[in-house]
Amino acid sequence: MNTKAKTIALSILFPLATLAILATGFVFLRDTKGPQVLTAVIAIIWGVGGAALLFYTVDWLVNRLRPEIARKLQPFVFVGPALLILLWYLVLPTIRSLYLSFFDASSKNFVGLANYVFAFTDGKMLESFRNNLMWIILGTGGSVGFGLLIALLAERSRAESVFKSIIFMPMAISFVGAGIIWRFVYAYKPAGEDQIGVLNALVTFFGGEPQAWFTIAPWNNIFLIIILIWLQSGYAMVIISSALKGVPAEIIEAGRIDGAGELRVIRSIIIPYIYSTLVTVSTTIVIISLKIFDIVFTMTNGNYGTEVIASVQYKQMFRFYHYGRGSAIAIVLVLAVTPVMWYNLRQFAKQEVFK
Amino acid sequence: MKKIVIFSLIALLSIGSVFAAGTKESVPAQKTVTVFGAFVDEEARRFEEAIRPFEERTGIKVVYEGSKDFETLINVRVEGGNAPDIAGLPQPGLMANFASQGKLVPLWPSALALLEKNYAPVWKDLGSYKGVAYGVFHRVNAKSFVWYPKKAWDAAGYQVPKTWDELKALMDRMVRNGHTPWAVGIESGGATGWVGTDWIEDIMLRTAGPDVYDKWVGNEIPFNAPEVKKAFEILGDIWMNPKYVYGGRNTILTEGFGDSQRPLFDNPPKAWMHRQANFITGFFPEHIQANLEEEVGVFPLPAIDPKWGIPVLGGGDQFVVFNDRPEVREFMEYLQTWESAESWAKAGGALFPYLNQNLDAYPNAIERSLAEALVNAKVFRFDASDLMPASVGAGSFWEGIVDWVNGKSLDATLADIQKSWPK
Repeated sequence: MNTKAKTIALSILFPLATLAILATGFVFLRDTKGPQVLTAVIAIIWGVGGAALLFYTVDWLVNRLRPEIARKLQPFVFVGPALLILLWYLVLPTIRSLYLSFFDASSKNFVGLANYVFAFTDGKMLESFRNNLMWIILGTGGSVGFGLLIALLAERSRAESVFKSIIFMPMAISFVGAGIIWRFVYAYKPAGEDQIGVLNALVTFFGGEPQAWFTIAPWNNIFLIIILIWLQSGYAMVIISSALKGVPAEIIEAGRIDGAGELRVIRSIIIPYIYSTLVTVSTTIVIISLKIFDIVFTMTNGNYGTEVIASVQYKQMFRFYHYGRGSAIAIVLVLAVTPVMWYNLRQFAKQEVFK
Repeated sequence: MKKIVIFSLIALLSIGSVFAAGTKESVPAQKTVTVFGAFVDEEARRFEEAIRPFEERTGIKVVYEGSKDFETLINVRVEGGNAPDIAGLPQPGLMANFASQGKLVPLWPSALALLEKNYAPVWKDLGSYKGVAYGVFHRVNAKSFVWYPKKAWDAAGYQVPKTWDELKALMDRMVRNGHTPWAVGIESGGATGWVGTDWIEDIMLRTAGPDVYDKWVGNEIPFNAPEVKKAFEILGDIWMNPKYVYGGRNTILTEGFGDSQRPLFDNPPKAWMHRQANFITGFFPEHIQANLEEEVGVFPLPAIDPKWGIPVLGGGDQFVVFNDRPEVREFMEYLQTWESAESWAKAGGALFPYLNQNLDAYPNAIERSLAEALVNAKVFRFDASDLMPASVGAGSFWEGIVDWVNGKSLDATLADIQKSWPK
């Protein structure tokens, strides 16, 4: 009896203490004006320790219960926090964006579908639809095409790993970093001055006029897309390359004996064999192209006819404070990405990525 | 089980101690005024320097906090019930917005008296919403200036133009001498285009006058009205002529505004004039900054229509009160005096609007002449793009300039800006 009372008391006290620690840490971190380094250290300890403590407490509580119930509840102790965070940071904001997209700039007056009408008729939005289509077709095509080509060529080379490492390296660079690097590649100075941009230095070396690459619509979109290809070819190459290793040598051998040339082998044996991998890689890059923002924002800010959906969304939301339009464009983007995402996940499932 | 009990106890104790520490902190021993503003780093340091005499005299502590994301954060903080005592708002539109929501404390009689005494009427108007004054200006900037490389300029025998016709004659003379008159660059990251909107505003004030300018700002005349179109055409006569601008349109589009003055200081100069606000001196090459008075000359952008003279275009931060306490009022009244500006003026890089300011405080003849031009201006107008709704003033107007320079027709450009005006 005494131990039972103690257990009950502890079952109440222990969770309460946990909650109190978490709440105190939160309040402290919110209000503190102390030195930043110290705050950061406390935040890390509180964040990691708090997560561990929360898990420990809930796990402890669940284990007080009868074993058969405990066994059923146990998975949720692990998955629960992740699901809650997903609900809080992803599902609820999406629903809220959907709600706000039917209201005006200040989110006060209901405006019906006006923001969606804007999203599909405004000049900048139409420009961004065209540009995003270019990003999807050229960006994905370029990345996957190069990735496939390099994977095929590298496989036939003795220095395979060296080539692959070089191509893969840009993957380590963030989109913003890549944008800054490529600003220098495309930099423009008037004729007669030293060209600090590589591209214009080459052009003038061969006697051409320096060009302000960013301002030449619609080609400037392609100059930006090249950066995506530079970044993503490595990713495509690595995945495709590993799929190539899975193509049975016997089939290729058999094809060759039957008199197929190299191109025929690639077209009729290798490509069909790695088709599902190609689809997965392509859909992943399509999603990246749809959401593309960083490269455009660091390079041109959407000026000179290079606007994309995400950059228009950012401007409406955070520069013009038009929450209605910003939300509506975000929803349009979500709707555009969802089918690709769904297809992508289905492909993953097919390849048993999740098993 | 024992372990758990001990653990709980430790946990509770630590909570208790944190709370105890927290409560100790939250009782201030000193009267404190919190100020939130848009200037950071060196500017924030100079502001803190400028308010030190106040702290020493009154014993009131002023805590200044600056952020580059001020415009976003101030909205969040005010809506979240966490407003600072005083905020320095860079745009009159922000003040009007808060005033219309009833968040601001109107200026009280003694502050109003100081406002009348120490400022030209235009500053009171800029700080008022529906006839009620809320804001007081401190650091301001003035934009209608043309900079030139003094030594080379004198050697070439060029004269400072007094009228627009003289300016045009000077430009043609430069071209005949094989010189390029202007250095222009409008690239500025997310704000690309603002240099162009400043030019248009200056020309609007000089061709259409302040009344039409005010109507334009409020969209009482549309963006494609003949007056606006005329301003663009006058600018186009300069910008679209590759003989007049170094590097032509490509350089205008791609050169960063801060670096765009550099051709002036090449030897020999690759360009001879640069129109920009007083703060551009901070971007000049170091050896030029070191000898500013000898190396650089400056004159106001000349009048175009003699009727309107030489108006000054500018901007500035206005301080407004969110929380009404005696010490907050005392600090606001301090900000209305030249005393609060003197040390910053001495440090350089800032102009102040006070009528009774001591111009000798400015560190060189150039800043002195700019401050003089600002105080004596018969017409002063706030940067129009800061007064327009953000979707125009920080959006379609900037973008319109970029598109127009990049070859879009003027009529289409102006029609598109007008179309973007929020209804």
